[in-house]
Amino acid sequence: METPHTAMKVALFIPCFVNELYPHVAMATAELLEGYGVEVDYPLAQSCCGQPASNNGDSQGACDAARRFTAIFKDYDYIVSPSGSCVSHVKHHYPWYIADDADYQAMQPRVYEIVEFLQDVLKVDRLPKPVYFPHPVSIHQSCHGLRELGHAAPSELMIPYHSRLERILQLVDGVDVRLPERRDECCGFGGTFSVDEPEVSVAMGEDRVAQHEATGAEFIVGADPSCLMHMGGIIRHKCRPIRPLHIVEILTGRGGAA
Amino acid sequence: MKQDNINHAEAAAAFLQDREQARWHDSAIWWVRQKRDAQAKQLPEWEQLRALAQQIKSHTLSRLDEYLTEFQTNAERNGVTVHWAADADEHNRIVYGILAAANVKKLVKSKSMLTEECGLNPYLEQRGIEVIDTDLGERIVQLRHEPPSHIVMPAIHLKKEQISELFHKELGTEAGNNDPTYLTHAARANLREHFLTAGAGLTGVNFAIAETGGVVVCTNEGNADLGTALPPIHIASMGLEKIIPKQAHLGVFTRLLARSAIGSPITTYTSHFQQARPGGEMHIVIVDNGRSDILGSDDFSQSLRCIRCGACMNTCPVYRRSTGHSYSYIIPGPIGSTLGPSRDIKKHGSMAFACTTCGSCSNVCPVKINLHEQLILQRKRAFDAGTLKPVKKMGLLAMRFLTQHPSLLDAGGKLMRKVVPILPVALTQHSAWSRPGRELPQMPAQSFKEMWQARKENKQ
Repeated sequence: METPHTAMKVALFIPCFVNELYPHVAMATAELLEGYGVEVDYPLAQSCCGQPASNNGDSQGACDAARRFTAIFKDYDYIVSPSGSCVSHVKHHYPWYIADDADYQAMQPRVYEIVEFLQDVLKVDRLPKPVYFPHPVSIHQSCHGLRELGHAAPSELMIPYHSRLERILQLVDGVDVRLPERRDECCGFGGTFSVDEPEVSVAMGEDRVAQHEATGAEFIVGADPSCLMHMGGIIRHKCRPIRPLHIVEILTGRGGAA
Repeated sequence: MKQDNINHAEAAAAFLQDREQARWHDSAIWWVRQKRDAQAKQLPEWEQLRALAQQIKSHTLSRLDEYLTEFQTNAERNGVTVHWAADADEHNRIVYGILAAANVKKLVKSKSMLTEECGLNPYLEQRGIEVIDTDLGERIVQLRHEPPSHIVMPAIHLKKEQISELFHKELGTEAGNNDPTYLTHAARANLREHFLTAGAGLTGVNFAIAETGGVVVCTNEGNADLGTALPPIHIASMGLEKIIPKQAHLGVFTRLLARSAIGSPITTYTSHFQQARPGGEMHIVIVDNGRSDILGSDDFSQSLRCIRCGACMNTCPVYRRSTGHSYSYIIPGPIGSTLGPSRDIKKHGSMAFACTTCGSCSNVCPVKINLHEQLILQRKRAFDAGTLKPVKKMGLLAMRFLTQHPSLLDAGGKLMRKVVPILPVALTQHSAWSRPGRELPQMPAQSFKEMWQARKENKQ
């Protein structure tokens, strides 16, 4: 992995809530890609991928959003995003609405979650800048990245163990990677589930945070800002010291600053 | 029977008020999930078995009419009377007809979710027939006059202390004796009496084999065997999706069933019934009750592959933190949350929203039903049927509009970032987000779009 990648046209797909609430995660994603010599474009016309509409049964809204997304992103070589859930919606649920759309069919295989893109397209074996992160971290496998994108071997399946997050963290010096009890239980966010069923959502989140804390980790590291937002809200409510951190924040050497 | 109009979010919130009991419920059921994992891990061919089970069931469903006819022919050749019931009411009428014809006053039942679905117990009781559930868990919930909270472990929501209290009241056991062995013996002695005096036994059916016309019932307590060996009449009630083509296919399912359900290599009893015992009668009631409608649906036909192991409930983080009693349909958890809405979207549509779409259920399912996707697809039906709360529907329509107009979406986002930090706590703390103990995210000064544009201008 020594050649620059200036020839490829990569578009950042920044989910709507990340744009508003986690701009530093989006910026770290851009900088990480640029660090590998990738030319990054951010199409300003993008809005929401339509997952909230889909998850609440609004087929019309979901279909409109899918068509809009496809029109905006179809001409890029790759579409890369720091959210496994939104990527999974585009890759696996858009066919419910626009399966026959030729532009979508051509675009679908080129949509990547950032860690997938680094590992499968850029095939990175080092970080752009060396990163020393001497902290214990607990891995949070977000459900859609895990079970729909295959980021790791889900605990339910009897298949050989693998984990993208653990693999990419091997490029970071000093980091101490830990796994919580119930290694891939849902945090309870679930999009609008978090406000439709707030008590269950928070009960799940409290249990999840406690399991991450029990590893002795200082940070909960994941690849999906939505789960980190939910757990972060619980952590701050309880004034706990553990901090949620998106994987790109560690990979760009910004971890701990957040 | 379940009471009407259970709202999952409200019922779950009430259940979670007692956090200690809720944690115990979560841990007890998670323990079963772990037992399942340990058993599955011991079979190197586990994933192949799941694929095979999926294929056998899919094939069977694609030719269900042929296999049902073959099953009926072979069962009748064995001297079994086969009945067809289009719906719950017809099922109940048939069962009552059989019992009334033989002047049966007491029926012993082994576990059957189908009879729960059909509301058989109250139907018979209203007609003067005493019905005794003989599965221990079913017996406990029957004595408590409540529905099962789980399809395999009907009384999993109860602690032994609660059962001790119940048995003291109903069966006259010692007050305060919580010893599970003592309590089980008391139930057993009581049930023995009923087995000996019943005029008929009713069982569910786990598998019906087209090739032999026989049915297979899996239990851990042997109650189906006593209930069919002692009374002269055996009625087996089955949903029409229980068919498998050949005896040779059975092993695939029995290897998956108990491991998935309770983390055991096999159920204690796997009983094969092919004909009535000498001098007795055997009846099989094949029930549709909405199943052929599901079979005709591209989105939901897979749900008919279900073998009722309950593994999806055990793995479901929402189920474990809300109990089966929080779901409006008689079958709770992920599989119930597609079957219920399939049956009646207006009544059970909200069940499809009691889910974070984590997908764990689809992965544990031994017949690989795409459960979490079905729940999302059921939400489409709920939306179209107009069952969403008006405020939610308005929010979705607003989001639909904003998604098409990003400048307005951005303006809304900016407004949120500026206003939320200055809102008085009194205003935010009662929001659905914050109320149960969760802070709003910190609001950054700039959106990424703003940062990106500023960065671009600096570069130029």
